[in-house]
Amino acid sequence: MTNEIVIKTDKLTKKFGDFTAVNEISFEVNKGEIFGFLGANGAGKTTAMKMLIGISKPSSGSAEVAGFDVYKQTEQIKKNIGYMSQRFSLYEDLTIKENIQLFAGIYGLTDKEIESKGEALITKLNLQNESNKVVGQLPLGWKQKLAFSIAILHRPKIVFLDEPTGGVDPVTRRQFWDMIYEAADGGITVFVTTHYMDEAEYCSRVSIMVDGVITALDSPANLKKQYVAGSMEEVFIMLARKAKRGE
Amino acid sequence: MRTLIFLLRKEFLQIFRNKLILRMIFVMPVMQLIVLPFAANYEMKNILLSVVDNDHSEYSRKLINEFTSSGYFILSDVSPSYEKALKVIEDDKADLIVEIPRGFERDLVRDNQTKVMISANAINGQTSGLAVSYSNTIIKEFNNRIRAEWIQQPRLNPLPVVEITSNNWFNPKMNYKYFIVPGVLALLVTLIGFILTSLNIVKEKETGTIEQLNVSPIKKYQFILGKLIPFWILGMFVLILGFLISFIVYGIFPEGNFLIGFLFAGIYLIAILGFGLLTSTFAETQQQAMFIAYFFMMIFVLLGGLFAPIENMPDWAKYLTYINPVSYIIEVMRMLVLKGSGFTDLLKHFGIILLFAVVFNGLAIFNYKKTT
Amino acid sequence: MKQLFTFIRKEFHHILRDYRTMMVLLGLPIVQLLIFGFAITNETRNSAIAVLDISKDEATQNVITKLESSRYFDIDRSLTSSQQIEQAFKNGRIKLAVIFQPNFQNELMHSNNAQIQLIADATDPNQASTLVNYASSIIMEYQSELNDQNKLPYTINTEMRMLYNPELKGAYTSVPGVMAMILLLISTMMTSISIVKEKELGTMEILLVSPMKPAMVILSKVIPYFIVSLVNIASILLLSVFVLGMPIQGSIFLLIAVTILYILCALSLGILISTATDSQLAAMLISLLGLMLPVVMLSGYAFPIANMPTILQVISNIVPAKWYIIMVKSVMIKGMGLAGIWKESLIIGGMTAVFLLISIKRFKIRL
Repeated sequence: MTNEIVIKTDKLTKKFGDFTAVNEISFEVNKGEIFGFLGANGAGKTTAMKMLIGISKPSSGSAEVAGFDVYKQTEQIKKNIGYMSQRFSLYEDLTIKENIQLFAGIYGLTDKEIESKGEALITKLNLQNESNKVVGQLPLGWKQKLAFSIAILHRPKIVFLDEPTGGVDPVTRRQFWDMIYEAADGGITVFVTTHYMDEAEYCSRVSIMVDGVITALDSPANLKKQYVAGSMEEVFIMLARKAKRGE
Repeated sequence: MRTLIFLLRKEFLQIFRNKLILRMIFVMPVMQLIVLPFAANYEMKNILLSVVDNDHSEYSRKLINEFTSSGYFILSDVSPSYEKALKVIEDDKADLIVEIPRGFERDLVRDNQTKVMISANAINGQTSGLAVSYSNTIIKEFNNRIRAEWIQQPRLNPLPVVEITSNNWFNPKMNYKYFIVPGVLALLVTLIGFILTSLNIVKEKETGTIEQLNVSPIKKYQFILGKLIPFWILGMFVLILGFLISFIVYGIFPEGNFLIGFLFAGIYLIAILGFGLLTSTFAETQQQAMFIAYFFMMIFVLLGGLFAPIENMPDWAKYLTYINPVSYIIEVMRMLVLKGSGFTDLLKHFGIILLFAVVFNGLAIFNYKKTT
Repeated sequence: MKQLFTFIRKEFHHILRDYRTMMVLLGLPIVQLLIFGFAITNETRNSAIAVLDISKDEATQNVITKLESSRYFDIDRSLTSSQQIEQAFKNGRIKLAVIFQPNFQNELMHSNNAQIQLIADATDPNQASTLVNYASSIIMEYQSELNDQNKLPYTINTEMRMLYNPELKGAYTSVPGVMAMILLLISTMMTSISIVKEKELGTMEILLVSPMKPAMVILSKVIPYFIVSLVNIASILLLSVFVLGMPIQGSIFLLIAVTILYILCALSLGILISTATDSQLAAMLISLLGLMLPVVMLSGYAFPIANMPTILQVISNIVPAKWYIIMVKSVMIKGMGLAGIWKESLIIGGMTAVFLLISIKRFKIRL
C-alpha cells in the first residue's frame, strides 16, 4: 500500500446557527484504504461527509479531497469521487441500463466505454434478465449493489458511501462488502459511514465520532487493544455512551 | 454538451414512461379547448322576462309585444302584481320585470306623459346593465312610433339629429370565441408548463436523486437546460395541437404571421418554465411547490385580462399586469389572431417577454444551489 | 378515538411546520378576494378612445368634452387622418374611435343631420358593444340637450329599479364566485395531494398496517384541512362584509352551514382524486388544470349559464360550484331561508355521498 494521502482535513467545522454539528475534526485517509466513519445517529457523520463531497460549505477549518480544496474546488472534487447516499438514489422510473447510461454519461465516459463497462457491470451483478426493467421493481439489496456499481463505474479516486447497507439482509451485506474489497483492491479509496459494528471490523481504519468530535481513530485491531474490548461493538458502546446529544 | 444530451435523454425517458401524466397533458387541454369556449358568451339572448300588466290596454299589449319580438327577451312569467313578480325573480325564474301601471294608455294620450317600471335582478351588475339598456332602447323606439302616429303633420321646424353609425373592426360578427379561444389556449399552456417544471425538480429533491446529481460534475446551467428543453418541447407541442384545434373546431386562423406567434409563444414558454424552475428552487416539497404555483397562477390568470379587460382595472392593478407575463401572451395572441398585428406592432411585447425569460431563468440558475 | 386525535395532531404538525404552505393556504383567499373585489371589474372606466375631428368646431368640441367628462373614457386626440386609425388599433393603443364628419356643425345646423361614426375594436366583442353603447348614449344626450327647448309630447318615462344591488357593485357577483372557486380548489387540492404524498413516499403502507382503520387514516388527513377551510370562510366573510361592503341579508348560520356542506363536497372530491392517482403531479394536474377553468367557466360565475349551448347547460349541473354560487347569492344577497335553497343543498349533499361511495369502493379494491 502506498502512502499517498487522498483526504486530509484540518479542524473542519460545520455550524448550523448555535449548533456545532461537526467540531474541528482532523484526519487523513490514505489511498486504497477502506476508511470506516463511525458514529451514533446524529453524531455528525453525514454532515462531515457532505462537506467532503462538496455539497455543503464548511464553517471553518480546511480539507482537501483528491488534492482539491473543499471551499474553492468542489467541482474538481466531484469529478474525482463517487457517491452513494443512504437514501437510495437511482431513478426508480428508469431501467437499469438507462441509469447506467445516464450516470456514466454525466461523468464523461465515451459511448464505447458506457457500452462495455455497462455490459460488464450487468453481467457481474447477474442482472442480464432484468436490465430492461425499471429500477423501482428491483428488491432493495439489488438496488444497493447496483447503486454502488454505478457510483464506481467512472473509476473515481474515492467513493463515499453513506450507510450503504441500511435495511439489507446479512447475505447481501456480505456480498456488498466483497464488492467494496474488490474496489479497494483496484485502487479506489473507500470512505464509508455505517453503524453496523461488524462492518467496522472489515475496515482498514475506523474513526469514531461522538457529538461532532472524533474521539478515536485507528485500525480495528489497535482500537480493541487500546480499549481492552473483544469487539468493535464494545469499543463503540464505551465511547458512544458518553454522548450528550440524543437522536 | 455531451452531459446535456444525457440529461435530456433521461428527462424524455421519464416523461414518456409515465403514460398517465402524458395523457393528462395532452387530453385535458384538448378537451377543455373544445368544450369551454362554447360557454364563454356574454351576448344576452335569453333574458327571462316577467310582465306585470295592470293596464290591459292596446298600448300595453303592444309594448309587451315589442319586448318579446326583440330577440333579447323570453317571456317566462306573467304576474298579477309586482310583489308576485318579485318572488319569481327571487327564484331565478326571471331576470327582469316590466311593470305597466294602470292608466298607462290613458295618461299617455291625455297627459302627454306616462311611465313604465323596469326592475332588474342586478346581482350581476354587468348583465343587468345590458338587459336594462336593451329594454330602454325598446321603450324608446316604441315611444317614437307612437309619437309619429299622433303627430301626423310634417314638422315645420325639424330638429337637428346626430346620426350615429357604428362598425366593429377585427371581429365584425362579434364572435366571442375568437376572443376567448386564444386566451384559453395561452392559459392552458401556461398551466401545464408551470406545473410540470415547478414540481419536477422538487420531486428530485423529495426522492433524493437530486443529491446524486449534485455530487456529480454537472454544471448548473446544464442542469437547468436539461429541465427546460424537454418541457419546452412538450409545451410547444400542446400549443401546436391547440392551434390545430382552434382552426378545425373554431375556424380560427391567425390574421397575422403565425410564425411570429410561434416565436413569441416560444419565448413566453421559456419565461414561464423559468418561473416554474425558480419556484422549484425555493420549495422543499412538492406540496409547497404546488401551493406556490397555485398562488401565482391564480393571480396571473385573474390579472391576465382573459375574463375582465385590463383597461377597466384601477391603476395599481394595471401596474401589476405589467409584471404579469400571462397578460402579454393573451394580448399578443389576440392581436395576432384577430388584428393581424405585425412584428413592429409587437416589438414592445417581444422585448418585455424576452426580459422575463432572461430574468426568471437567470434567477433560477443563480438560486439553484448544488449545496444543501 | 384517541388514535384519531394523535393522527390529526400529526397532520397539523405537518401543516403548521411548513410556514410557506400555511401562508399560501391562509393568505391566498384574502389576496384573491381583494383582487376580485377591487381590480377585476367589468365596469368600464377610463377606456382609451381616439377622436378624429377634422371639423374642429364648437359642436364637435362640445361632444368631445361630454365624452371626456364621463368616467368611461380617456380621449386620445392624436389622430389626424383616417389612415392612422387602423394602426392605433393594431398596436392596442385604443379600443374605440369616434369620427366626426367634416363640417360637422354646419351640417347639423343647416341640414339638420350630421354624422358620427364609431369604430370599435371588437377583439373583445363584449367590451366593444359596451363602449359603443356608452358613447352612443352620451352623444344622444348631447342631442337631446340641443333640443331641450322643444319638450316632446307623448313621452313614456322609464323608471329603473336595480334590485338587490342598486349600486351595481362587482363584488355581488365576484364574492360568491371567489368563495366557490377558492374553497373547491384549495380543499380538493390539499386533501388529494396530502393523501397521494403518503402513497408516493411509501408511508401510506405504514399507516395502513397500523391498527387504525383506513377510514380513520383518511379522516385524519381531511380534518385539518377542513379546519383550515373554516378559517378561510371566516376571513372571506369578514373581508366581504367589512371591506367590500357585501350585505348578509339572510341568516349567517345558514350561510356557514351551506358553506360547510360545500367544503365537505370539495374534500370528498379530493379523496376521490387521491384514490385515482398515485403521484402528486397527477393529483395536481387533475385538481388545478382539470378543475380551475371548468369551475370558472361553467359555474355561472364568469359567464351566464342561460347563454350557453344546451349541452353545456347540462354539463354545468355536475359542477358543484354552480349550486353553491346559487345558494350563496340566495342567502347572502336575496336573504332567502332554507326553504329557498333546499334543492341545491340536496344536490351538493348527494354529490358528496357519491364521491365518498366511489372512493370507498376504490379504496377497498386497492388494498
